[in-house]
Amino acid sequence: MTVQELPGTAAYRPTPPPAWKPLTDPAPLLPDPEPYRVLGTEAAAEADPELLLRLYAELVRGRRYNAQATALTKQGRLAVYPSSTGQEACEVAAALVLEERDWLFPSYRDTLAAVARGLDPVDALTLLRGDRHTGYDPREHRIAPLCTPLATQLPHAVGLAHAARLKGDDVVALAMVGDGGTSEGDFHEALNFAAVWRAPVVFLVQNNGFAISVPLAKQTAAPSLAHKAVGYGMPGRLVDGNDAVAVHQVLGEAVARARRGEGPTLVEAVTYRMEAHTNADDATRYRGDSEVEAWRAHDPIQLLERALTGRGLLDEERIGAVREAAERMAAGLREQMNADPVLDPMDMFTHVYEQQTEQLREQAARLRAELEAGHDESGAEERR
Amino acid sequence: MTTAAAAVGERTGSVRPATMAQALGRALRDSMAADPTVHVLGEDVGTLGGVFRVTDGLAKEFGDDRCTDTPLAEAGILGAAVGMAMYGLRPVVEMQFDAFAYPAFEQLISHVAKMRNRTGGAMPLPITVRVPYGGGIGGVEHHSDSSEAYYMATPGLHVVTPATVEDAYGLLRESIASDDPVVFLEPKRLYWSKAAWSPEAPAAVEPIGRAVVRRPGRSATLITYGPSLPVCMEAAEAATSEGWDLEVVDLRSLVPFDDETVAASVRRTGRAVVVHESSGFGGPGGEIAARVTERCFHHLEAPVLRVAGFDIPYPPPMQERHHLPGVDRVLDAVARLQWEAES
Repeated sequence: MTVQELPGTAAYRPTPPPAWKPLTDPAPLLPDPEPYRVLGTEAAAEADPELLLRLYAELVRGRRYNAQATALTKQGRLAVYPSSTGQEACEVAAALVLEERDWLFPSYRDTLAAVARGLDPVDALTLLRGDRHTGYDPREHRIAPLCTPLATQLPHAVGLAHAARLKGDDVVALAMVGDGGTSEGDFHEALNFAAVWRAPVVFLVQNNGFAISVPLAKQTAAPSLAHKAVGYGMPGRLVDGNDAVAVHQVLGEAVARARRGEGPTLVEAVTYRMEAHTNADDATRYRGDSEVEAWRAHDPIQLLERALTGRGLLDEERIGAVREAAERMAAGLREQMNADPVLDPMDMFTHVYEQQTEQLREQAARLRAELEAGHDESGAEERR
Repeated sequence: MTTAAAAVGERTGSVRPATMAQALGRALRDSMAADPTVHVLGEDVGTLGGVFRVTDGLAKEFGDDRCTDTPLAEAGILGAAVGMAMYGLRPVVEMQFDAFAYPAFEQLISHVAKMRNRTGGAMPLPITVRVPYGGGIGGVEHHSDSSEAYYMATPGLHVVTPATVEDAYGLLRESIASDDPVVFLEPKRLYWSKAAWSPEAPAAVEPIGRAVVRRPGRSATLITYGPSLPVCMEAAEAATSEGWDLEVVDLRSLVPFDDETVAASVRRTGRAVVVHESSGFGGPGGEIAARVTERCFHHLEAPVLRVAGFDIPYPPPMQERHHLPGVDRVLDAVARLQWEAES
């Protein structure tokens, strides 16, 4: 089917000049009407056992990480934590599908993807603890800083992938964004640039149902978020975001496509945020228990566990070992997070410019004098 | 040989009149030739050579990959530049017109300005954002804004603006070589100002962060930058007939700010007027006047005055001559420096 044959498009399209012809046939770009699934289908029997077990271990570890981080907010050890419980399949698949040389561009909810990629669990949390904006060297891990503004990291992923290709490097960038983020202008600009430049980028939209409290129906009128890809001239893929194998497969194909120089792909993973937006949010105000329960029956860990058990790849002993490893990770995280970070206030002035301006030197000297005099802002009350 | 290079006398090394736009183009060309990681991107920078022809010839000489016509999307342009810089390139972005840069503000403020800080120094972004700014060229609305105060208010950015052909070349080369992001404000109405200049032997210029005294004087200091420098130079000449010997300081760099040169001048002269064409309220002049007052209070014979654009959205082109501070308005301010406490 060509563009002209699409129903309803002929009316507003001007008569093209003789040389004009459509560059793309949109049909191959369109997502399937239903999210792609592997688990629970016959295809599950063919999935690589090693990959299944690896995904499983990471899912369990991720779930435990989310629970531990949420507990740390209650103890005041984290300023805030946006949990990805329920979305672990997307997080883990995004991390595992990349080669070491590739880059990950996470949003603020994607701590887990960074950890699954190998980042130290504590280093991934410094932003949310409030001691350092980015607790790691992005170049060392090829993980961009967790991005708080919505969708603004997407054009970075495009620029980086473009630069890598210009340099002749075989590098793919995977950028993560939520359903709400797809409404932002930067989402549009990033997808457009990526498609025009045929940049080796994969966009992963985790459609978790809500942007804080706003449901998808109030976010977009598109048939699906994956459909948005067509307008940019890139394929859109719809996948069950709770099916770790399916997400890994779809992302894997998109990454391979990007690596072959065939350009970007938009993947929409349909999933659900089981917890509130963050610990500061009350999800009962905007959604009912029955909805949450329905999604609980479609839990990513249970889905994979069932498939693994069904194929005889998992038994109680193995499950116990995976849980134990996750528990050890959580205990280590707890222990390290319970130690107060040692901070040097002078660091605030160190990394604004390569060389401190005279003005910053003066301000740093003033703070140093205040500290040496033994008072700081929190002590101001007592002096009055 | 590019058009810009031909005009400024490549090969012969001869000193010929060159415009500021040509010197800027030459700075881009020389930076790209010297460093293969320098990439120019923006709307119309390639085939057209930029709407002001600053990038003329670059795509031809260095190819589309080094001088890239992008889709029309400022946030996308700057956002892509962030990613390119993260991967080790040195992007130079053109914003075409001052008010066109506003869609890119979030990228500039949330990412470009902060990436070094956010990553504890691990990931500096060597990006130069070229913004043609200011009025006086008869542009319709959204083509004449002076947006320097917004940039100045954002820690992490250098804010630089040349007023001479030599500085246009030198400051742009330095900005591109800087490992920190630089907002490089190009005064549109000086694009066609000329000076005898040779690209083979560009005049040695002061580095980013230094102000220079363009005209020494004893009785008052005019503190200015960019498009208002020629206005102040003319005012200083005119003021001699009134017995005023005015010193003119060209800031060149708004961030970092050269307190030392400015304060030393005002301490010598005892009087100061800050001149710029952006709006006065919340504008650069207020900051500069405050800094001067803090450092020179006991040397001041009069309050530090400001001559600025009015606090109005940039007016239609047929009105802009009333808005832009001209020589007379500067001279009026200088006359008010004969300040008496009871007045």
